[in-house]
Amino acid sequence: MSWLDLLTDYTFQNVVIGASLLGLISGPLGCFAVLRRQSLLGDAISHAALPGICLSFIITGSRDIGGIMIGALVTGSLAALLMLLLTRKSRLKTDAGLGVCLSLFFAVGIVLLTYIQGTSNASQGGLEAFLFGQAAATLRSDLWVMGGVTLVTLSLLAAFWKQAKLVTFDAEYARTLGMPTTAIEATLTAMVALAVVVGLQMVGVILMAAMIVAPAAAARQWSRHLGSMLAIAAGVGIVSGVSGATISTLSRGLATGPLIVLTATIIVLLSLALAPNRGLLWGIVKHYRQKAELQKRQLLYTLYKHPTRPATRRSTLSARLTLARLKRQGYLIRSQGEAGWGLTATGQAKARQVVATFEEVAP
Amino acid sequence: MIAELLNSTALPIILVGAMVGIASSAVGTFLVLRGNSMLSDAISHSIVFGIVIVWILTKQQSGPVQLIGAALTGLLTVFLTEALANTKRVKQDAAIGLVFPALFSIGVLLLNIYAHDVHIDTHTVLLGEIGFVWLDTVELFGLPIPQALVSMSVMTLINYAFIGLFYKELKLATFDPALAKTFGFMPTILFYVLLMLTSSTAVAAFDAVGAVLFIAFAIVPASAAYLLTDRLWMMFVIGALISIASSISGYFLAVHFNVSIGGMMAVMTGVFLILAFLFGPRYGLMTQVLKRRRARQAPVEPPATM
Repeated sequence: MSWLDLLTDYTFQNVVIGASLLGLISGPLGCFAVLRRQSLLGDAISHAALPGICLSFIITGSRDIGGIMIGALVTGSLAALLMLLLTRKSRLKTDAGLGVCLSLFFAVGIVLLTYIQGTSNASQGGLEAFLFGQAAATLRSDLWVMGGVTLVTLSLLAAFWKQAKLVTFDAEYARTLGMPTTAIEATLTAMVALAVVVGLQMVGVILMAAMIVAPAAAARQWSRHLGSMLAIAAGVGIVSGVSGATISTLSRGLATGPLIVLTATIIVLLSLALAPNRGLLWGIVKHYRQKAELQKRQLLYTLYKHPTRPATRRSTLSARLTLARLKRQGYLIRSQGEAGWGLTATGQAKARQVVATFEEVAP
Repeated sequence: MIAELLNSTALPIILVGAMVGIASSAVGTFLVLRGNSMLSDAISHSIVFGIVIVWILTKQQSGPVQLIGAALTGLLTVFLTEALANTKRVKQDAAIGLVFPALFSIGVLLLNIYAHDVHIDTHTVLLGEIGFVWLDTVELFGLPIPQALVSMSVMTLINYAFIGLFYKELKLATFDPALAKTFGFMPTILFYVLLMLTSSTAVAAFDAVGAVLFIAFAIVPASAAYLLTDRLWMMFVIGALISIASSISGYFLAVHFNVSIGGMMAVMTGVFLILAFLFGPRYGLMTQVLKRRRARQAPVEPPATM
């Protein structure tokens, strides 16, 4: 399939638009979840969407995406509520609450799924595909629903942006200001459920957790400001969605959801390594720079204090490299004397500085 | 008599279900107490990756090689999570949420690629086939014993042997890791062994209940037990009892409604958890409400009746 054919392909267009919508909603909402240390709540909510999908199918008898999204939203929110109830009213900790809700709601979903299969309804085929997503089956009408949900959610977020920001970073302070913090936190959680609902069609309930966490984790590396973090997360979400969908279409037969998730994971790894200031690679570079600088000073110090001691005999590779670098910088010249190396005039001046700082520190 | 029972389909299924519960809740108890329950979620998803890799390398779908492969995958999951969290660039919970979907995705994609010649499909990954355990039997003591029952019993024995041998060390490492470390009990290594056992149990339970329902068997009975008792050994007893009760009731309900047996067993563990949450004698919601009401009325009554 050539690129031109691909771009005009109806299914491919739908998949790309759907994947972009998913990135657009899951990135920004994921940021709040990750910053509030609720990354795994997205996982629990997405697993808990399964019974909702099945219930909606049992009630309406069709795979209409509107009904399925409402069902998923209801059970997803119920799971989040049950989690809160269990952790607030019993001695179970958050992790156990999450694990309990996730596995129990999923188990109910499996039971309902097999119940539907037992009734052998003709249109039930493909309901199982919600587990892993079925990007290729996306219809234009589905996209309108997904787009609508995305638009409403993002507008809502924009409307109470200030409150959401304060509750995320300093809930105590927000409470002293008289803000309804519990309501705002509940809304932010419900909005994660909305993001999950949009992702059902594309990546399925099991991998949705990654779409909440990965774009946000990548964006956090590039930005220190909430606004730009949200924008970058949305960008990462869209890029991974579109590239995952494209690879899946080109490869024929590789599932879209896992490909989207893997693309997002690769972006996270690149961000961790390369992001300015926070990037791990820069840390390593900085470490070696400092090491080289220290070695340079030590050499200058030694040559200044002991000009007759030979410097090259039994020297290590890194010492040789440092000597060569100092020569290039004009501090050293090869001399015929016993040392083999001598300080130039600028080298003398630099060495005096170094000696002064060394002896100031350790007299 | 016994052979007759084993030949029926009900008993092997119930026994396998109970064994899955007993083996998983043994390790799950420590995960719940340490606050690492979600690691069971991460491990149960990422062993899909391990199972596929081991299958590609050795063409074996079960048996000791798979159990060892699973243990290593579990270690890999935890190691990657710790490595990510140790960079200080992402928090612990986000690290878990990054690692296991990635491993799970690779597993699913490899399944996609090798789909035509591997028996494990995505359906089995999620649901398991506990209804068919009686089809695959081995001859033991002249009796046809289901393969799954043998592997789950072995896993139960290994788990409880480890817990029995290191009971004192595990107890201290769980409740006071700092003190355990000063005694030289090596709580970190104990924890890693525990996670390896969790992964191996997940793989042994995999054919029967699938990846996601394993979380229910590991976490829910242990959580329910935690709501009912303050004693560690009691938690194992209660966890095992809930597993057995869930297995029996889940089986008959599932047969009655013609639904997934593994799913129904997991749902039943949840029912017992809700019961413990509401009516637990010490920490239950009802008990707390009653206690509060009594405390409010107390000053009116004469102290002699207290």
